[in-house]
Amino acid sequence: MDEVFPVQVKIMKVDFSGLESSAPLYGGNDNLLSDGFADAPSFDLPVTSDFDGFQKASVQMVKPAKGTTTLAFIFKDGVMVAADSRASMGGYISSQSVKKIIEINPYMLGTMAGGAADCQFWHRNLGIKCRLHELANKRRISVTGASKLLANILYSYRGMGLSVGTMIAGWDEKGPGLYYVDSEGGRLKGTKFSVGSGSPYAYGVLDSGYNYDMSIDEAAELARRAIYHATFRDGASGGVASVYHVGPTGWTKLSGDDVGELHYSYYPVEQAVVEQEMTEAVTA
Amino acid sequence: MPKEHANWSPYDNNGGTCVAIAGADYCVIAADTRMSTGYSILTRDYSKICKLADKSFMASSGFQADVKALQKVLSSRHLIYQHQHNKQMSCPAMAQLLSNTLYYKRFFPYYAFNVLGGLDSEGKGCVFTYDAVGSYERVGYSAQGSGATLITPFLDNQLKSPSPLLLPAKDAVTPLSEAEAVDLVKTCFSSATERDIYTISKGMFGENSTGGKQKAQAAVAGDSVEIIILNANGVRRESEPLRRD
Repeated sequence: MDEVFPVQVKIMKVDFSGLESSAPLYGGNDNLLSDGFADAPSFDLPVTSDFDGFQKASVQMVKPAKGTTTLAFIFKDGVMVAADSRASMGGYISSQSVKKIIEINPYMLGTMAGGAADCQFWHRNLGIKCRLHELANKRRISVTGASKLLANILYSYRGMGLSVGTMIAGWDEKGPGLYYVDSEGGRLKGTKFSVGSGSPYAYGVLDSGYNYDMSIDEAAELARRAIYHATFRDGASGGVASVYHVGPTGWTKLSGDDVGELHYSYYPVEQAVVEQEMTEAVTA
Repeated sequence: MPKEHANWSPYDNNGGTCVAIAGADYCVIAADTRMSTGYSILTRDYSKICKLADKSFMASSGFQADVKALQKVLSSRHLIYQHQHNKQMSCPAMAQLLSNTLYYKRFFPYYAFNVLGGLDSEGKGCVFTYDAVGSYERVGYSAQGSGATLITPFLDNQLKSPSPLLLPAKDAVTPLSEAEAVDLVKTCFSSATERDIYTISKGMFGENSTGGKQKAQAAVAGDSVEIIILNANGVRRESEPLRRD
């Protein structure tokens, strides 16, 4: 008995996804309107024979905020992270309330130095990637892994004018973690970093007062004092000194103090000694 | 042969000043209506404020061709959002969309300096301020554009609110009533713009009584300040006529 079975056409699909470049696509951004979740960000580029010249000019045009003081260090009870809050364009202070410590997820913080938009955007992007890692692997990404994701992205744009100097601080399965990552492709593991124009001043305070066995309160005070002294000597740093702590249960914000007011708590105004009281002139 | 330098630029600066103030239950967004290039005035009646959603308005200075392109991208993205979610985008959501849209042209930026104002989901006033490549910050008030360096210090002096970064936190809401905020915005434009040729100052034609009929109209012809006021009752538009020099 012949029966004609419907032939099910099954085509094996070869998975080429492993061959695709993880680097972002350049050129036309036609899918901008299709959805907001493109796999890799793609950027519009100008049609020009002199891309470098154009790039240089447009970077000048949107001059990134340069002056900053940020620091982070590992100690007995976790990582301490602190930053100022000033943004300047040349001599003009464009903001005194910039959030330079970016909350990537409840266990990880990033600091911001260099181009504000570059830092903000790529940290937001890193936050997405970390969450996706969590969903795919059912465990949180390590600080090592997260910092490497960011470093690889930044390296893929090397020479294109990004300006990022960041520290990734967090707590993972191995304990506290701290990495320095920058847009030149650098990625360093360490226990004590400071980034930005005020960093030499912050390092001075940090190195002289650092001790691995500090308590959380002592470490927070050291971080705050380092930021304060940097804002005192560096004109491009100022505003509010924010201090965060990352421990086994995630990060908490410990303090945020106006450095103008901090000055008077470190150096109270002393009553001048009056040598001679003035007296009413005797009228004739 | 010596290296030829480009004698053409894809950008122009059309000037203009934008100001926004957030209050406890209102938001004021304002911009002047002059558009110029160099010393030439192109028009005295160009609106720099764009309605992106029911409760978010964007005021933009810089290069108006880029601004127009940006507005088109945002409004089509918002249309798609409405089809997908059957609701209006919230102001904080629009704020992040604007940031991403600006950054996606990081290597060929929109020459646009924006302030986004609106009401958040709780009905509180919110103002977001941007740079050309998308770094943004939620603030109590902001000024952008050619008059920003004149207006910002004035606003700092009049309504400096405690920094949102302070811990313990202090209430950062602008202490003004809605009417006071609108007056302050008018003062901003009249005082700071005395010294900025790309914005214009009021005075020559005196105060304008905003009658019921005028509310529906857009900025009247001539240099003026266009002011959008958002509150629980909806949107209101005012405009102040200005001297024409």
